[in-house]
Amino acid sequence: MVSGTLSVDSLLEKMTDELNQLLQHREIADPYIIGIHTGGVWIAERLHTALSAKQTMGSLDISFYRDDFSQIGLNPSVQASNLPDATEGRDIILVDDVIMSGRTIRAALNELFDYGRPASVTLVTLLDLQRRELPIQADVSGGTLSLGPNQQVKLLGPSPLELEIRQKPLT
Amino acid sequence: MFELKDAYSVQLNQEGQLKHFITVEGLSRTLLTEILDTADSFVGMGAQQVKKVPLLRGKTVANLFFEASTRTLSTFELAAKRLSADVLNLNISTSSTSKGETLKDTLQTLEAMQTDMFVVRHSDSGAAHFIAEQVTPNVAVINAGDGRHAHPTQAMLDMLTIRRHKGQFAPLIVAIVGDILHSRVARSQIHALLTLGAAEVRVIAPTTLLPKHIEMLGVRVFTDMNQGLKDVDVVIMLRLQKERMQSALLPSESEFYHLYGLTNEKLKHAKPDAVVMHPGPINRGVEIESAVADGPRSLILDQVTNGIAVRMAVMSMAMSGQTSEKNNLVEA
Repeated sequence: MVSGTLSVDSLLEKMTDELNQLLQHREIADPYIIGIHTGGVWIAERLHTALSAKQTMGSLDISFYRDDFSQIGLNPSVQASNLPDATEGRDIILVDDVIMSGRTIRAALNELFDYGRPASVTLVTLLDLQRRELPIQADVSGGTLSLGPNQQVKLLGPSPLELEIRQKPLT
Repeated sequence: MFELKDAYSVQLNQEGQLKHFITVEGLSRTLLTEILDTADSFVGMGAQQVKKVPLLRGKTVANLFFEASTRTLSTFELAAKRLSADVLNLNISTSSTSKGETLKDTLQTLEAMQTDMFVVRHSDSGAAHFIAEQVTPNVAVINAGDGRHAHPTQAMLDMLTIRRHKGQFAPLIVAIVGDILHSRVARSQIHALLTLGAAEVRVIAPTTLLPKHIEMLGVRVFTDMNQGLKDVDVVIMLRLQKERMQSALLPSESEFYHLYGLTNEKLKHAKPDAVVMHPGPINRGVEIESAVADGPRSLILDQVTNGIAVRMAVMSMAMSGQTSEKNNLVEA
C-alpha cells in the first residue's frame, strides 16, 4: 500500500518509450491521439508533445455512453467531445489516466465507433489499478498500483501533473 | 383550465435536480446553465457518423399532442430517437378522447404500456403540470407547450442559440416583438432571459397584443417598433397566433406588417451585429420580411438544430432526476 502524492514525469517517460517501440512494431507512422476527459486529456497532451505527433489531438467525454445511467443518472458537468479529424481508417491512441474496471474504456470504444471505423485502437493509461470487470487491457501503462480497500487515486493537473492517493470519503 | 399549484416544486427532486420539465419560471441560473451546457454537448454530436447515444436505451417516450404541431413534435421525436428511446406519437385530438375517454384513462392506458416519459402539448394552461401530478412515480413529464402558460423547451433552445452566438447574456439587450398576449413562448423567454442575467428585456407590440401588467415581469414595454429596436443585440419575432385570436385585436395583417413587421429597414435601428430569431412557423410578409428571414443575421434554422439538442438535454436530465429519486427511495 502507498499513500501521498506521486510525480507522473517518470511514468510518462517510460510510457513514451514503450509506446514508441509499440508504434514501430505495429508500423504506425501517423497516430491520432485521443484523450478521455478529464485526466486522460492531460496525459494525452503530454504524450502528444513527447511523440511530436503531427495531427491535432482529440478528446472524448463518455458521459452519454456510461453503463451506469440507470443507477446514478447523468454527469452534471458533461463536456463536449471534440474530434477535429475524422477517425475513419485512422490508427487511434486512446489515452486515459487510470484503468480499473474497464467500463470507461468500454464506453469510450462505443463512442469512438459512432464516429467511424478506425484502423486500430491502442490503449495507453498512466496507471493500471487492476480489479478488472471486463476483458479490456491497456497496451501501454506507466505502472500498476494496488490500492487498499478504502483508498482512491486522483490525477491532479493540468500543471503540474500529480497523482494523489487518498482515503475514500465516507458515504 | 387546470388549477396551477407550485409548478416549481413539482419539477425538482429532493436533490434539486430536474425530474419533470414544466416551466422555466422559478428555476435557478445554475440549473438553466446546466441545461445549456448539456445541450451544447449534444450539438457536438452532429459530427458523429452514428448520431445516436445510448442514454435512454430501453426507455419508452410517448409524445402526447392534444394540439397540432409539426416541428415541435418532429424535433421531440428525433431527440428521443437520438437518445435511443422507443417513441410513440399520439395525436390525441383525433384519438380516444373523441371516443369519450378521459385524460386520466388515456394516461393510465399508456402507463400500463410501461411508458417512462410523456411529452405533452395541450391547449389548456397547466395541462403538463396536471399530468405530472397524476403520473406514477418515476415517469417524467416534459411540457411541449400548454395554452398561454409556457413553452420551456422553446425558450431554452432560444437561450442556447443566443449563447452560441453571443457568448454571454450579461451585456445583452433582447427585444421580443409581436403577439405577446397569446404567446407562451414569450413568457418562458422572459423568465429565462432574466434568470440568465440579460441586461435588458424589451417587449414590442400594439397595446391590444400586450397582456395587462406585463411590465411586472421586469421587462420594458414599447409600442413603437423603431424606438424598441434601438441598440438591441437580439430580436426575437413571434408568430401572430391568428387561431387564438377571438376578437378583432388587429386592424389588418398589412397594417401590422407596416408597424411591427421586421424589415431590413427597421433592423437598422438595432446594433450592427444584431441577430434575428423566430420560433416558426414564420408568416412571411406578416411578421417578417423574407429578406430578413433568409438573410445573414437570421438564426431561424440554427434554432431548429439547437431545438433537438435542448430536447435531448432536458429529456436525459429529467430521466436522470427520476432515476436518482428512485434509487434514494430504495435506499431509504
